[in-house]
Amino acid sequence: MGFKSYCFKKSLWVFHFGGASCNNCDIEILDCLTPRHDLERFGILLVGSIRHADVLLVNGSINIRDKERLLEIYNQAPKPILVVAIGACGCTGGIFAEGYTFAGPVDKIVPVNAYIPGCPPKPEAIIAGIVKLVNNS
Amino acid sequence: MNKELIIENFKKNFKSDILEIAEKNQRRIIIRIRSESILSIAAWLYKEAGFRFIIATALHTKKGFEIHYHFSLDSLGLILNIHVILDKVNPEIESLSNMFNASNWIEREMHELFGINFLNHPNQEKLISEGNWAEGVYPYRKEFKSDEVKR
Amino acid sequence: MSKKTLIPIGPYHPLQEEPELFKLYCDGEIVKDIKWETGYNHRGIEKLSESKTYEQVFFLVERICGICSTSHPFAFANAVEELADIEITNRAKYIRSIIGELERIHSHLLWVGLAGHFLGYNTVFMWAWKYREPVLDLFEMISGNRNSYAMFKIGGVRRDIEESKIPVIQKVLGDVKKKTDLLVGAVMDDPVIHARTKGVGILTKQDIIDYGAVGPTARASGVAIDVRMDDPYAAYPLVNWKVISAEAGDVFAKAQVRLLEMYESISIINQCLEGLKKEKEGEITVKVKEIPEGIGNGRAEAPRGEVFHFVQSDGSNSPARHKIRAPSYVNIATFKKSCIGQTISDATLSLAAVDPCYCCTERMAVAYDVHSGEKIMNASELISKSAERTNELKKKFSI
Repeated sequence: MGFKSYCFKKSLWVFHFGGASCNNCDIEILDCLTPRHDLERFGILLVGSIRHADVLLVNGSINIRDKERLLEIYNQAPKPILVVAIGACGCTGGIFAEGYTFAGPVDKIVPVNAYIPGCPPKPEAIIAGIVKLVNNS
Repeated sequence: MNKELIIENFKKNFKSDILEIAEKNQRRIIIRIRSESILSIAAWLYKEAGFRFIIATALHTKKGFEIHYHFSLDSLGLILNIHVILDKVNPEIESLSNMFNASNWIEREMHELFGINFLNHPNQEKLISEGNWAEGVYPYRKEFKSDEVKR
Repeated sequence: MSKKTLIPIGPYHPLQEEPELFKLYCDGEIVKDIKWETGYNHRGIEKLSESKTYEQVFFLVERICGICSTSHPFAFANAVEELADIEITNRAKYIRSIIGELERIHSHLLWVGLAGHFLGYNTVFMWAWKYREPVLDLFEMISGNRNSYAMFKIGGVRRDIEESKIPVIQKVLGDVKKKTDLLVGAVMDDPVIHARTKGVGILTKQDIIDYGAVGPTARASGVAIDVRMDDPYAAYPLVNWKVISAEAGDVFAKAQVRLLEMYESISIINQCLEGLKKEKEGEITVKVKEIPEGIGNGRAEAPRGEVFHFVQSDGSNSPARHKIRAPSYVNIATFKKSCIGQTISDATLSLAAVDPCYCCTERMAVAYDVHSGEKIMNASELISKSAERTNELKKKFSI
């Protein structure tokens, strides 16, 4: 097992970046940490600073104003970092892709390691996506 | 207090400012007025008649720039749409924000999206356009092309 | 000259789902002024609406906001049905109200959890969100999705609630009622919570009228407006219920109003379920021929207040103009009144008390130091500061 895979095997610390979204995905991500799904028992925590994070979760259709901030956050992140695009908006822009302030889906701005589609994806889907990502990295 | 009484008082106070009245049903009325009289009419609605300002909608149509001011009288569930039509080239109208705070943000937003000038607005600064589109670009005007906004 | 420091709350931190930035200008511990920058969430939804057909717009407006996902389609349906003079069936009215009230329950539980977190009571956060899950399961049973239910269409609803589902809904509501009793007891009787929330973030009746604020924010200050009572729609005139209000206008009053409203919502849903049993043979939709030219004003009472949609039609398949105003648009502006003069730790709480939904407002905010251009405190540090204050009070009350 390589050093990188060893590091990413357990206790992932996650930083969440919400772009221009409707908030559904954000709530479902928080739901993963509440008693029914309780990801904290695996050591998965939401952290307040990108510099402490192993995983960057991005959701929402990114608008022009968010684009610079997403790039800055990605640059500040300690590498290697796993980027996950969550929700239909994160993967492709979703229903807002035709808007005049749309600045491209997440993978046009930062490299993405995993896509979790859904509107919003259920917590079970988010967990399955993270597990798949960890097993493949 | 009922709908008929309100309309009667309105007509009595602003006879020369009313251009058209249409009653859609018991609780929805549209009154088109001359844009110069918006301040006095809004003052009467807010201070004397007890209406609440809901929001204002701006439109860009063949007639020019139009604004619907929506006022609600909660005790009757009545919505009054005060409709004004502004100039095609230089749309401007008095700001209501010195009278109450409820219209402050929406007037700034209408200015950014349509380019309508609100005279004497206490702080006509950017609200949502910073970083999203440049000054002088008005995304909701009919002639706007979305490639005017740089990605 | 006193040095003013700028404290940021936002933009990207774990408990604020949307990027939001407030600039708090502080003199020592007291907030002197507050400014906010917005625009991070602007998606151009009103413009997008003009390129969609009326049926497609429902899917668009549902995604304005995830938490008040039903209120926007509700107001839009009211606007278009008023424009076209469409009268829906009783069965459709009951189903619409059931969905609307279930959403109110899940949204208020969400808020109780977030307020608990801001106070430093993480247990309340975990409990409230745990008890929210059965309500989301109900949504999945009725509509197929936990959020964004796609239940509305012009002229009625898209799916029926079958007879067999009614006892399941009633049972879950019975459990929610018991859990609400638990939360009310834990929150309303706690002396530390009283100390943290009473007299904090006060909005007077005049403030509410000046800003045009709506919803529980207004009702907690003695302005008892509620669209369901003032401008009735759907099944609300067919059932018995009352508007909950309080006088104090502080954070405690806002919490009180929201918790007590949940009981009313449970009662409304139970009455609507009885109504459904009586309207067994009813249709859930009516035939709609075309949408004529004209304008429609539609409103609905979202968990945060009055949602208003204005639709202008030119006789074609798409709206010619669609204006959307969410309740948070007018409620957030009241921060200027409720936060100035408060301490920094109380400001976080006052911000949360309005239950702002930034995605509805399409607004975000950010802050940084006014003198050196550096961050003094970031958002999670601010929340920690608020939690510290709660711990101090707990020691004081020997809890």
